[in-house]
Amino acid sequence: MSDPRSAVGGAVYEGYVTVKDSGAHGMITLRGDHAELAEAVKAAVGSGMPTQRRIEGGLGGGAAWASPDELLLFCDYADAAGALEKARKSLEGNHFLVADVSDARAVFALEGSGIRDLLAKLCPADLSPEALPHGEFRRSHLGQVAAAFWLESEETATVICFRSVAPYVYDLLSEAVKGGPIGIF
Amino acid sequence: MLKFTCPYCGIEASETELAAGGEAHLKRYGPGSSEQDFEGYLFLRKNPKGVHLERWRHVMGCGKWFLAARHTATLEVFGTYSAQTHEPPAEIIENIRAKFPEWQA
Repeated sequence: MSDPRSAVGGAVYEGYVTVKDSGAHGMITLRGDHAELAEAVKAAVGSGMPTQRRIEGGLGGGAAWASPDELLLFCDYADAAGALEKARKSLEGNHFLVADVSDARAVFALEGSGIRDLLAKLCPADLSPEALPHGEFRRSHLGQVAAAFWLESEETATVICFRSVAPYVYDLLSEAVKGGPIGIF
Repeated sequence: MLKFTCPYCGIEASETELAAGGEAHLKRYGPGSSEQDFEGYLFLRKNPKGVHLERWRHVMGCGKWFLAARHTATLEVFGTYSAQTHEPPAEIIENIRAKFPEWQA
């Protein structure tokens, strides 16, 4: 099999927040009745079920609440096909949809103390600590395009977008870093 | 700025995260209906300066359609509710009547 290539080739922009291409990650869309999905999530990526708008685990193995009937599962890039099969087997007989979307997405890691500040420049979401606690999976838009992000801590966050717009999101984030901190949080 | 709380994911979404879907609670007139009813279903929409019930989609979020009651001139929001309803819930009507006692759905 050919090696996975991420959309912006491992680019890094350093500033008050470091924007880093996080490389290829396994991602699986799982749709169905949330009440029936717990076993499949456990079997596929070994994580628990997230509650509304939350993420359980992380990029290496986790599940994020995407909508009332949808989850986004995370695993290593090489394990995606296997995890997909496990989820499919576990849900046999139910009404569900499962798809490997690893190659449709790009992931960026943000590091630095001004993450809330940086995202607030680009996105209409409320980024205050009360509205966006750690582990809250927020789907919104960055500039013109759809994106999702969550904060692991005040210094680290992960941003997911469609691969087709990855260079745009990377440029957007790095330009916003260039502008310097605002200091509202 | 117009903000709606999505009843499906609970996020207070701003207008740029949403897509407008026009008037809510339309009754579909399909094959066998009169031409007048069909024309009304296809083309004729309310356009009030006042309270309006609308369809919105949380397109940059959970992707679900929901319904909302708002004032088209002041942008006051009276509430949002599930799209799987045929008429606005009592609570929404109450919120609207608190301000506009004469209002009729």
